[in-house]
Amino acid sequence: MATTACFTIVSKNDIPIYEAEVGSAVRQKQEQVHQHQFILHAALDLVQDIAWTTSAMFLKSVDRFNDLTVSHFFSLTNNSIHTRLMLLHDSRNEDGIKNFFQEVHELYIKTLLNPLYLLGSRITSSHFDTRVRALARKYL
Amino acid sequence: MIGVGKAKQYGNVLDKPLSRGRQEVSLSAFAFLFSELVQYNQTQVDNIAELERRLEDAGYAVGARVLELLCHRDKGNRRETRLLGILSFIHSTVWKVLFGKVADSLEKGTEHEDEYMISEKELLVNRFISVPKDMGAFNCGAFVAGIVRGVLDGAGFPAVVSAHFVPIEGQQRPRTTILIKFAEEVIKLLLQILKEFFVFVARKPRKSQYCP
Repeated sequence: MATTACFTIVSKNDIPIYEAEVGSAVRQKQEQVHQHQFILHAALDLVQDIAWTTSAMFLKSVDRFNDLTVSHFFSLTNNSIHTRLMLLHDSRNEDGIKNFFQEVHELYIKTLLNPLYLLGSRITSSHFDTRVRALARKYL
Repeated sequence: MIGVGKAKQYGNVLDKPLSRGRQEVSLSAFAFLFSELVQYNQTQVDNIAELERRLEDAGYAVGARVLELLCHRDKGNRRETRLLGILSFIHSTVWKVLFGKVADSLEKGTEHEDEYMISEKELLVNRFISVPKDMGAFNCGAFVAGIVRGVLDGAGFPAVVSAHFVPIEGQQRPRTTILIKFAEEVIKLLLQILKEFFVFVARKPRKSQYCP
């Protein structure tokens, strides 16, 4: 099982709208959390370059840092300015990650079908949070 | 309680499945809702341009969501990276889901490189709306133009979309045309992709004349 994983949903203009540390390791020092966010943001540039060349939605491994890899999943069909799901992890479980992304993507679609939800604003629903963590435990 | 059917009651909207559900929505309910939307906006604004802009903004929100939903349901999570691809997606799939039929035609504008038009004999949203003479060229199709803009923006092709009446001889009611004008960077990107394609094709290895 993965020991560390940091999952983020990033929206327009690279503003994160949802973040969760979903690793099963107990001790998460504060610096590690900041470092994870930093790594994820650094990977955004690489993603931008690849974005237009492929029409797939799931990019397996975009960037590596020490022993952590960043995986990426495009949400709103197409790239540059729209919503992306990013996961920082150190596991090798490709299929599990793909399934995880797909399930969270479905949750995200359901969230944004709410006409009162402003596109690109933070997702604050605790139900969403619970579901994401449950999915993380299941697939990662 | 009125209307308790066999549908399962879900605790939270996030648990509900994303499947198709019942395809049909009552037309009169929609017409009523839309007319209320237009009337409400009419009380808030002073001029026609503002009213069109508000309807467009309402449509934009719909378009962005429709894009996500359809991409997930129908296309199995493949994204569109080509301009023609996204246009034909709007023209057939989106129209079919929203209005029950594909759009009448999709044309490329002749004067400018970056203009495309989708036309429809009679837009569903305009069916029960009559525009008084003093409102001039106001078209409630601005709502549909907003939907198209939302879809294009979500796909990464920024564009300015507007709805126009085009009179056709032989018909009483004019045809409605949605005019899509793409932003510069989209055209540049399109040309770039085309250029790369040609370079790739031209670089096919040829047998050199100088080989012994």
